[in-house]
Amino acid sequence: MTINDLYLIAPEIALASTGLIVIVLDLVLNNKRFLPVFALLGVLVSVFFTLALCADISASSNGSMIGLFSTLVVDKFAIFFKLLILSIVALVVLGSVDFVNKFEDSQGEFYGLILLSAVGMMLMAATKELISIYISVELATLPIAALAALMKTNRSSEAGLKFLLLAAVSSAFLLYGMVLVYGFTGSTYLDVIAGAVTTGAVPFGSSVMLAGIALIVVGFGFKISMVPFQMWVPDVYEGSPTPVVAFLSVASKAAAFAVILRVFYVGFGGVNVDWASMFAVLAALSMTTGNLVAMMQTNIKRLLGYSTIAQAGYILVGVAAITATTPDGGIVGLGPSGVLFYLAGYAVTNLAAFFAIIVINNHINSELISDFSGIAKRAPLLSAVIAISMISLIGIPPTVGFMGKLYLFNAAVSSGLVWLAVVGVLNSVISAYYYLRVVKTMYLGAGEPENRITYSLPVLVAVVVVVIGILVIGIVPGPLFEFTEVAVRSLFIAS
Amino acid sequence: MLTFTLFLPLVGALFILFFVNTPRTVRAVALLIALVEMVLASVVFWTVSQDGSGSFQLVEKIAWIQSLNIQYFLGVDGLSAPLILLTGLLTPCAVFASWYVEDRVKEHFFWMLTLITAVMGVFMALDLVLFFVFWELELIPMYFLISIWGTGRKEYSAMKFLIFTIAGSAFMLIGILVVFLSSGTFDMTELAGSTLTNLLIPTQLVFVLFFIAFAIKLPVWPVHTWLPDAHTDAPTAGSVILAGVLIKMGGYGLIRINVAMFPEVTREYAWVIVGLALVSVIYGAIVTLRQSDLKRLIAYSSVSHMGLVLLGIASLGAGKSAVTSVGLNGSAMQMFTHGTITGLMFLVVGQIYLRTHTRFIPDLGGLIVKMPFLCAALVVSGLASLGLPGLSGFVSEALVFLGAFHVWPWPVAVCVFGIVLTAGYILWMIQRVIFGPESGKFSEITDARLPEIVPVVLLVASILAVGLYPAVISDVFSSTLSPLISTRFG
Repeated sequence: MTINDLYLIAPEIALASTGLIVIVLDLVLNNKRFLPVFALLGVLVSVFFTLALCADISASSNGSMIGLFSTLVVDKFAIFFKLLILSIVALVVLGSVDFVNKFEDSQGEFYGLILLSAVGMMLMAATKELISIYISVELATLPIAALAALMKTNRSSEAGLKFLLLAAVSSAFLLYGMVLVYGFTGSTYLDVIAGAVTTGAVPFGSSVMLAGIALIVVGFGFKISMVPFQMWVPDVYEGSPTPVVAFLSVASKAAAFAVILRVFYVGFGGVNVDWASMFAVLAALSMTTGNLVAMMQTNIKRLLGYSTIAQAGYILVGVAAITATTPDGGIVGLGPSGVLFYLAGYAVTNLAAFFAIIVINNHINSELISDFSGIAKRAPLLSAVIAISMISLIGIPPTVGFMGKLYLFNAAVSSGLVWLAVVGVLNSVISAYYYLRVVKTMYLGAGEPENRITYSLPVLVAVVVVVIGILVIGIVPGPLFEFTEVAVRSLFIAS
Repeated sequence: MLTFTLFLPLVGALFILFFVNTPRTVRAVALLIALVEMVLASVVFWTVSQDGSGSFQLVEKIAWIQSLNIQYFLGVDGLSAPLILLTGLLTPCAVFASWYVEDRVKEHFFWMLTLITAVMGVFMALDLVLFFVFWELELIPMYFLISIWGTGRKEYSAMKFLIFTIAGSAFMLIGILVVFLSSGTFDMTELAGSTLTNLLIPTQLVFVLFFIAFAIKLPVWPVHTWLPDAHTDAPTAGSVILAGVLIKMGGYGLIRINVAMFPEVTREYAWVIVGLALVSVIYGAIVTLRQSDLKRLIAYSSVSHMGLVLLGIASLGAGKSAVTSVGLNGSAMQMFTHGTITGLMFLVVGQIYLRTHTRFIPDLGGLIVKMPFLCAALVVSGLASLGLPGLSGFVSEALVFLGAFHVWPWPVAVCVFGIVLTAGYILWMIQRVIFGPESGKFSEITDARLPEIVPVVLLVASILAVGLYPAVISDVFSSTLSPLISTRFG
């Protein structure tokens, strides 16, 4: 390990040390209000290092830097996800200040574990070797199991245990799949695997990798809450502390999709297994199942749980949308950049919904949608925030959700998957019903305007930032989309 | 100019939301914006009318999303200018119609003005994605207008309206993307001048994708069922805008996209379109006859009248003689005249309902004694609706029948019978509501107040003006539609 290696993982080091220091500070500090401030400082340092790396790779000749025995790659693709995850962490820390302040203890653990999990997620986006990917995935997952159980209530502990067990099961699948791939190709490095496939060095042809690839899909299927591996989602969402769910639903999904894109597009691009069609079918199943079951939910967190399953389906459309395979095994397509764009849009949208719901739940002590009746009179801003995020989740302009779907479905159509695009848009129609039901309940029920719901300044900042994000990216999506295209291009150059 | 006209209502809506607090000032600000908007729309119309070439005027074009070649592209031609004028005309009417709204005044005007921007955007956009954005933008304001300020089963109706429209636009989105894939552009002017080939799916299917979206909006039988519910349960201003301009978006889309971009398919499948038109006209009229709710009655009559728009489009079908633009002109005229006539009807009915608190026809009767002005307005709109010469409804219906007759003699003959039915339900409705024995329940009610008189006078004047001198509108329509027919159907 050289100094250069340390520099390459400086963002992760900064974040991890902040996480550890926050936990220690929690023991010595009496005034817990400085914990989130310190956590945010750590995020800021990490962002600074990430931007420095970004400037360096822009200057370098091939647009990427490789280190840590070639397991770590810092390219625009990794930078995109690092910045996305860091932004999510910062927002989650801000948005959950009120919620965490109510904890009697383990406030430091909350922030510390979020930061540690984020370190794992950032590494997930930047590794190109199977074992490192596995370790990053574990690092990202285990803190969340602890976070889910943080409330120490029955429901919370149950959620934590469920999450832990299913994470373990999915890791087992993932690892077994990786072992099979290693067995046939003789390497755990994605670029070497791709090379072995294209040069025909895989015994019996690359079709034999089907089992390995399928197991890897199963493993990641759990992480991204894809049907048929979605069973844990509603229960964990319902039982866990809401800020943890907010973090889990967007950051974890983003990181898992980063790995899926890198593993499949770089490693398995030339494999003679039609995994794109497999993803297309899974995408259709996920969105349809998620949306249909969501229609019957009465608990807002369960509703968002099923919604996240459906959203995973939309994002998978982008993974499936491959236009063509180039002779050297590379893949051209609008799909991956659509995935990146949608993930960023989904992050702001879902965080907006969750932040508002955290505050409202805290006041009315209920997660039932029917108890949100007339809440618009008590919390006009928060209700507007939920309404805007629901509209974005449906995919109605001028929100980022619409632009995301436009890109994804455009990618699907241009790769010939018209049927998938049709399934996608029809699912948007179904989803309009249940998303708008939430809006309807908030605005149409009778409520008493005297009993205003209050919240602190950091929460207000977080809410305003994400809502502006939803609208601004929805109206001016160009810059972000160009960044995602650059990021995806670097994925192919780096390999 | 166009950008300013387009976003003025939205800016006004946001201003009201954030800076204006008392209901009095909210109304004043909304009215001011609506009047300025009306003037702006008139200027836009006048510009196009003066030019007379039928090409796009006041064009604004800047790259919006470069990576997908999406543009912020606005322009008006002879097809959209009269519809923009119509929207401008109905905006102050809708504001006046909401003058006596007591509940959540601020939000009401916020959503209404936002809605106007969305509708204006649909008529001005010349980029398919931009068109789609405005098309969808209209959903949320209308949803709130119906579900908060509506009556009856308002939540159900609002949701039904939304689901129907969004389902239609889902198909349209696929159509747009398929067109983009083969042509590489979302530019509607470019697409309207070229022949689309090499589509991923058969051209007929792409045509159908667009047709479904517009047919739901128009609405065409059998996807019309959202309209009676939405109209009946919407507040007066909502009904005025919904009937006045929102459903015209469907007809506009059919001409702008289906006819102009897919002329061959339009020709080939005109027999299907004429069939749908026939059913809409006759079925709509028959169902209207047996309505006992005033607003529902007008709503079903809209289904029947919008069938005529479709009939005019069907006149482009393969006939013995050459295709002329008369029928299509009639369609466009029908959209304009129906907008003013039905807008007026809903306005008056809304004002009657405000006083009587019932729309149930058997409960009404003899209203002319207490409110002669409103009843006279209702009679004018009714007569215009049944196509009395000298009023605007006659012109458009005559044009549609004239244009379609030599292509589809028998279907047109049957549709003309629909006019007889229209006369039947309109006159019967007028007889039961206005004349007849005075019901003793309404001894306290008074006639229209000033904020109610102004929009009525405005709309009656426009109905009379277009009826007496239709060329003021129809020349503008034909300046764009005639070249379209001669180049695409020649």
